Amino acid sequence: MATTDSDQDTQSLTIVESVQDGLRSEMARDDDVIVLGEDVGQNGGVFRATDGLYEEYGEDRVVDTPLAESCIAGAAVGLAAHGMKPVPEMQFLGFSYPAFEQIINHAARLRARSCGQYSCQMVIRTPYGGGISAPEHHSESTETFFAHYPGLKVVVPSTPYDTKGLLTSAIRDPDPVVFLEPARLYRGFKDEVPEESYTVPIGDAAVRREGSDVSVFTWGSMTPPTLEAAENVEDEISVEVVELRSLSPLDTETIVESVKKTGRSAVVHEAPKSVGLGAEVTARIQEEALLYLEAPIERVTGFDVPFPLYSLEEFYLPEATRIEDGIRTVTEF
Amino acid sequence: MSTLRQPSDRVQFIDTDGMPLEDVDHPSMTDDTMLELYRDMYLARRFDRRTVKLNRTGEIGSFPPLYGHEAAQVASAHALEPEDWVIPSYRDHAALHVHGLDLGNILLYYKGIEQGNAIPDDVNVFPINGSVGSQPPHAVGLAWADSLVNDSESVYACYFGDGATSQGDVHEAMNFAGVFDTPNVFFCQNNQWAISVPFEKQTAADSLASRAQGYGFEGIQVDGMDPLAVYDVMRTAVEKAKSPADDELRPTFIEAMLYRLGAHSTADDPTKYRGDEPPEEWQEKDPIPRFRTYLIETGRLDEEEDDAIRSSVEDELADVIETVKSTEPPDPEQMFDHVYEEATPLLEDQREQLEYLRETYGDDELTDHE
Repeated sequence: MATTDSDQDTQSLTIVESVQDGLRSEMARDDDVIVLGEDVGQNGGVFRATDGLYEEYGEDRVVDTPLAESCIAGAAVGLAAHGMKPVPEMQFLGFSYPAFEQIINHAARLRARSCGQYSCQMVIRTPYGGGISAPEHHSESTETFFAHYPGLKVVVPSTPYDTKGLLTSAIRDPDPVVFLEPARLYRGFKDEVPEESYTVPIGDAAVRREGSDVSVFTWGSMTPPTLEAAENVEDEISVEVVELRSLSPLDTETIVESVKKTGRSAVVHEAPKSVGLGAEVTARIQEEALLYLEAPIERVTGFDVPFPLYSLEEFYLPEATRIEDGIRTVTEF
Repeated sequence: MSTLRQPSDRVQFIDTDGMPLEDVDHPSMTDDTMLELYRDMYLARRFDRRTVKLNRTGEIGSFPPLYGHEAAQVASAHALEPEDWVIPSYRDHAALHVHGLDLGNILLYYKGIEQGNAIPDDVNVFPINGSVGSQPPHAVGLAWADSLVNDSESVYACYFGDGATSQGDVHEAMNFAGVFDTPNVFFCQNNQWAISVPFEKQTAADSLASRAQGYGFEGIQVDGMDPLAVYDVMRTAVEKAKSPADDELRPTFIEAMLYRLGAHSTADDPTKYRGDEPPEEWQEKDPIPRFRTYLIETGRLDEEEDDAIRSSVEDELADVIETVKSTEPPDPEQMFDHVYEEATPLLEDQREQLEYLRETYGDDELTDHE
């Protein structure tokens, strides 16, 4: 459960504004929180996710770094080891790979390899995903790389409310968190977001729509089209939509409970199918609820190709029709 | 090369007013070559301005303008021989075009069509690369391969910007180039800005060219808005890469000093982090009017010829843009074509899955992401 009162003051924010608001409130609460990355300062981030923070907290806490993802992440490891709570930004997920060494070999395992002496309380924020007509490398959805590695937590909001709550949890979490922001939803819609800070716990999925015939699991940018698909078929099929929110750790309990109720399930993600996180969800279901299954689990995903340049991205990305098709396949089995 | 010139001793042939600097030996370039440089620079400028408009009208996607880079790119690419190579970043439209790539390819790439990066076999350029600072290692490998398997005298010119020099890959590539003595020219266009981050926040050093000393080869700064100076420096670097003296290494690091007169990309709003207009000291170096003045003042160009050049450029561009505008998006199934040399059975299944979806639901419904 989120730790907030329903009667407190709220503001109407988009996801990108909610990122700003979450950063702002944690920076106000804790002087150790600093933001660093390319263009995060005076420019306020290329998506404006850090807009206004430079003016409010100054260049020592909102730091425009040289263009070097590896050192942005690596310096954050050192900053965290000496007590700061850095929030480095990777400008796009597809540009985070120079930092892979630092994130995997160091941020993720500094606690383990120092036998608990050091930790890396840091949040690596990055926009991810397609559907924004962006140039090459700007539309990646490679969450699996990070969810695969022990020591990292990986979270993905899809609403303004969850964005601030999960970001707050991530910043306060004692371990490194990769915080994936669905670029396509950044300005998609507004939500009422409490002005006070609050947390949405890491590790809890959210049942977005209750249903009895089939469970569909998804996250991030695929949540709205999945809900749309569920609505489109509601006269014939009762679809439960579970938004995972936390990809590592996965909320196995909620996943399994839902499948035990419906007996059928599908996973929707925009990442390529093979070794996508849908495979892990599917494996957990067969481990915990095999005998409840009435049909093979369907995966509705991006294709196993490099993310195409934008003229073809609409054919690559699942949308409501394709998701409906998957729901029908698993229902009619 | 230029015997022990200090990296910070910037090469310049034309003054800010477009007048020939005295006391320097101007390059032995024919008048025709100078006019070619001028035409290509003007073409680059007009291509750039028209492409930004195509973005505004939704004809192409996000596009990185080269406004201010015309002299650096055109003159450096003119200094290459046909057998040489250009390994570009994402803003190097003019260098690519001068080295043989059709402007239409570049527009298609920025229209989100993969075919733009399908480069004809007889054009020695590597695909456009949008991942900052990642291509210099490829430039080294390409050059290295030549020395291992080919009897070639090709030079591999790698283009990147000041921001890229902060990336580890760029450092690693130059170190390799020194160690393996590969025929590379590292051509850095220092346009003073990495999106919003000014050069003085990118490095504490005054000069990037001076880094070359740390790799064991020569580095040199040049006025990147002076085409004659760029040509001269690049030509010397290319010749050295092909046939170095006994005590010389082949690679050179050239730092072309210029200014990004436009936005980082059409998605960028520079007024957020710098003044509405570029600083006057850079505007007055604008390579197009400056070189035009030089050509007129030295009797190589008159108004009539200039008008003829300008109108031929507009005609050329009109054709390119018309072709690109009328190019339809590719067949969606092309996304499966080049993942591997031979598509795996799994990919063939997925291709069939896409075909099934298109036949069942139709393209309009399948691409309705609203």
